[in-house]
Amino acid sequence: MTAQAPLVTDDRHAGSAGSALAWNREALSPGPEQDAVIKGITGEIAEKGFVVANIDKLVNWARTGSLWPLSFGLACCAVEMIHAFMPRYDLDRFGIIPRGSPRQADVMIVSGTLTNKMAPAMRRIYDQMAEPRWVISMGSCANGGGYYHYSYSVVRGCDRIVPVDVYVPGCPPTAEALVYGILQLQKKIRRTGTILRG
Amino acid sequence: MADALQMAAARAASLGALAASLGTRVPGVSSASVEKGELVVRASRDSLLPLMAALRDGPGFKFEQLMDLCGVDFPERAERFEVVYNLLSVSLNQRCRVIVTTSESVPVPSVHHLWSAATWWERECYDLFGVLFSGQPDLRRILTDYGFEGHPLRKDFPLTGYVEVRYDPDRRAVVYEPVKLTQDFRNFDFVSPWEGMMTLPGDEKAHETRQGLSYLDQSPAGRGTAPKGSVSR
Repeated sequence: MTAQAPLVTDDRHAGSAGSALAWNREALSPGPEQDAVIKGITGEIAEKGFVVANIDKLVNWARTGSLWPLSFGLACCAVEMIHAFMPRYDLDRFGIIPRGSPRQADVMIVSGTLTNKMAPAMRRIYDQMAEPRWVISMGSCANGGGYYHYSYSVVRGCDRIVPVDVYVPGCPPTAEALVYGILQLQKKIRRTGTILRG
Repeated sequence: MADALQMAAARAASLGALAASLGTRVPGVSSASVEKGELVVRASRDSLLPLMAALRDGPGFKFEQLMDLCGVDFPERAERFEVVYNLLSVSLNQRCRVIVTTSESVPVPSVHHLWSAATWWERECYDLFGVLFSGQPDLRRILTDYGFEGHPLRKDFPLTGYVEVRYDPDRRAVVYEPVKLTQDFRNFDFVSPWEGMMTLPGDEKAHETRQGLSYLDQSPAGRGTAPKGSVSR
């Protein structure tokens, strides 16, 4: 495991897309170097009253750091989603706080079987979410109908109703898998160079 | 252990007595018997209400609770549906199953005024099987989609139904379309995952144990499928 870590950093430095990297990978570790940066910024604010930063990085930092999901549990996958929010995996530490209203939510986690009867309701909730918005499809049923693919009452994949950003496989996916899916979504958001979603 | 056996014997005896009294004392019962340790009463539709009232209030019955009401479809029969009522007596610790038959057009009398819980189950039975209940004031669909057509638990209802939904960006709404499957349903209900291969090499002994075959079993009947070697004794 430890042998792989330098490989990743090597990749980062060797790659030509160094500027497109995640902001937090470039974070300085605590020490005199970090202190110098903080002191410099504080001095700048005291002197000029503003700081110059990359706006896209700032926006991505804000978006990934407070990715509020809509608590939209449809079936058994919702239990694993709840596990992900509970202290063991504790999504709160990523700034991920479940919201009860689509108006306040950034991401919809479709956790469970989407039935025909539920489909118009889910589309309406998705439409009520403010831009920018993302969708995580969690579990086999949401990905493609899963066990109920041939049922008369189940939508064969929630991507027939809403555009999906990340698919988390599993039946149900473990809480770790969902956390990984959310981290993948953060990666996807960081990769996005635009401020408006295009 | 002995206590448990005695109790089981007493239970069986009391169920038998209950079956006998139902068969003789209550009118409209076509048969009452103990099947696999459970009391099953078959009744006619016309006498269902007095029978159910007697089962709920009669001394020795006292079935206060309707645990479940469900339908069964036998398409080959003239009256294709069975409606099954599962009753529980909490005070006397006994259970009873009442079965009536009906067809698509003949209604079954509703029991919602005896057990108010029956309303939702009668709605469910109507929704999934199309069984009609007379005297039920709220006979609407309960589970299927709004505007759903057909009764999905009937044997002649296709597995995948008739319509599917998708979001239409032009009309900005979820629309219904005829079902279009990219791959038909395949049935994987094989005897073993290695179809036709009943015994895995090196696993003969475990297979015999699973199938209840053994060298001590002397009856030759029904051993046609036994692997070679296991029947030679």
